[in-house]
Amino acid sequence: MAKTVSTPVERAHTVEGGVTPRRRSTMGSRVGRVLIYVNLIVGAVVLMFPLYWLISASLKPLDEISAFPIIWVPSRLVWENYVNLFQTVPIVTYLQNSLFVAATSMIGTTFSSSLVGYSFARLRFPGRGVLFIMALSTLMVPSWVTLIPQFIMFKTFGWLDSFSPLIVPQLFAQPAALFLMRQFFLTLPIEIEDAAKIDGCGYFRIFWSIALPLVKPAVIAISVFSFLYNWNDFLNPLIYLQSPEHFTLPLGLAALQSQYQTHFELIMGGSVIAALPCILLFFVCQRWFIQGIVVTGVKG
Amino acid sequence: MAVAGTTLATGRPRRRSTLARREAIAGYIFLLPWIIGFLWFTLGPVLGSLGLSLTDYNAGGKAPNFVGLSNYQQMITGDPLFWQSLKVTTIFSFVSVPLGLLLSLVIALTLNQRVRFLPVWRTIYYLPSLVTGAAVALLWQFMLNEQFGLINSVLTAIHLPAIPWLTDEFWIMPSLILASLWGSTSGMLVFLGGLQGIPTELYEAAMIDGANTVRKFWHVTLPMLSPTIFYNLIFGVINSFQVFVLVFLLTGGIGASVGGPNYASYVYAIYIYQTAFQYGRLAYSAGLGWVLFAVVLVVTLALFRSARLWVFYAGER
Repeated sequence: MAKTVSTPVERAHTVEGGVTPRRRSTMGSRVGRVLIYVNLIVGAVVLMFPLYWLISASLKPLDEISAFPIIWVPSRLVWENYVNLFQTVPIVTYLQNSLFVAATSMIGTTFSSSLVGYSFARLRFPGRGVLFIMALSTLMVPSWVTLIPQFIMFKTFGWLDSFSPLIVPQLFAQPAALFLMRQFFLTLPIEIEDAAKIDGCGYFRIFWSIALPLVKPAVIAISVFSFLYNWNDFLNPLIYLQSPEHFTLPLGLAALQSQYQTHFELIMGGSVIAALPCILLFFVCQRWFIQGIVVTGVKG
Repeated sequence: MAVAGTTLATGRPRRRSTLARREAIAGYIFLLPWIIGFLWFTLGPVLGSLGLSLTDYNAGGKAPNFVGLSNYQQMITGDPLFWQSLKVTTIFSFVSVPLGLLLSLVIALTLNQRVRFLPVWRTIYYLPSLVTGAAVALLWQFMLNEQFGLINSVLTAIHLPAIPWLTDEFWIMPSLILASLWGSTSGMLVFLGGLQGIPTELYEAAMIDGANTVRKFWHVTLPMLSPTIFYNLIFGVINSFQVFVLVFLLTGGIGASVGGPNYASYVYAIYIYQTAFQYGRLAYSAGLGWVLFAVVLVVTLALFRSARLWVFYAGER
């Protein structure tokens, strides 16, 4: 099983381990290596600091947030900040809404993009090349061009202040996702599918029970991409949602910002809650996620 | 792009025509989710936008009148905000995208030096790009706060003057670019993949020819990596021309006058948003959207043309 998807997997492994043979360590190269690690550590500290700042601010006592000179480590951890946050804003509602929108969109995007990616990779039909180029070229269409007609359309449907404008467009295959799926399906050996065809399997059965399970890394990768995209989407909720009980988390954060401008501990706490699921998801799915990025990116 | 041409023709022998027809029908049915989505949410709205931009349709709900190209004429001749937003966006794009690529490339090159614990480093350097959208904008609004923000605290600690990052006409753009750079390290993963894909024979051959590290970088690494750089550049530019949430929340947010002091960071997307949803000028806003589309298209095509000069495809003759 695992052997059949070897191309992308192998590539991900080479990303993990070096390929160049080890050189003799002379004095100069040893100094060079120390410098590399010094650079890496300095860079990591600089990059991580805003994250540390975000989390520590959300747990600081109020007077330490705006203290000058700044207080690097909170004198005590004020977990009540989070209790306050949950009491002042309906953040549970925001979380539920975000989760619902992101999960439904994710399922829709993943299924439809897999189906379309499979079709482009494996089934032969007239016009396939042209249609594939068309699908890819939509990556260059800014969402701002389609925004106004979509808004007018959804308004006439009576979809304002509902989740439909956020979810329905996501149920149809997305260009980046279908491209990634196609690239992965192309790495499968055709013989397995041919054998199934001889056994009398229909095309959907071959796709669903044979090809799709073999590209599980890709399925996980596009699921994660889709979830993160919809979880973080700000523009569409801003335009379509009006009543606070329908707000998603990013929109709720913006409302929090405009209402409690000086309460940075609340705003930072909300940001932590918004960012945490993304970071956790990344840790859980890291392997496939990175593979997905590398395959789409390098083959481009 | 090279993408499309690679494997479209699978040279399998032709089978009986009924089988081929069944396969084609299945192919089109499988394609339906994309075809419907494409017509409904891309092609339809893109054309609708074009048609709408030729009218005077407003949010008031009165029937639209055909006004020809007058919306476009107004943009070009009588709309300083149009030019201002276009200028600001272009500056943002042309500064932040190359800087982001450079940063990612430097990180990738460092990580490619057979460092230990690579997965750990890779995760650390990738992490910032997972914090996106509203959270990153709010975080940087706090970081760049003039009185008690982290950046100014560091500056004053080393006896430099505090900088009015978010309230000064000049400093708002550097602030935006700084905030966008923080999350731009995701390109590092793609570069790392690209670096690992360079055949070691090339380096060995260069070494035999007596090339030093710098020459190896210029004559092997950079040309071999150029397709990856190109891919990242194209999508970086397309995305940067649409920057919205970062500017929207960093410069005020809901209910505030967004776009920075004296429109200094009034990016194009904010102009489209406000034209449509605060002033209700839907037709004009649709026209603005089409101009953005045209600009992105021209820039992308220009990049593709320039690719012949600097992008090297190993398989090409």
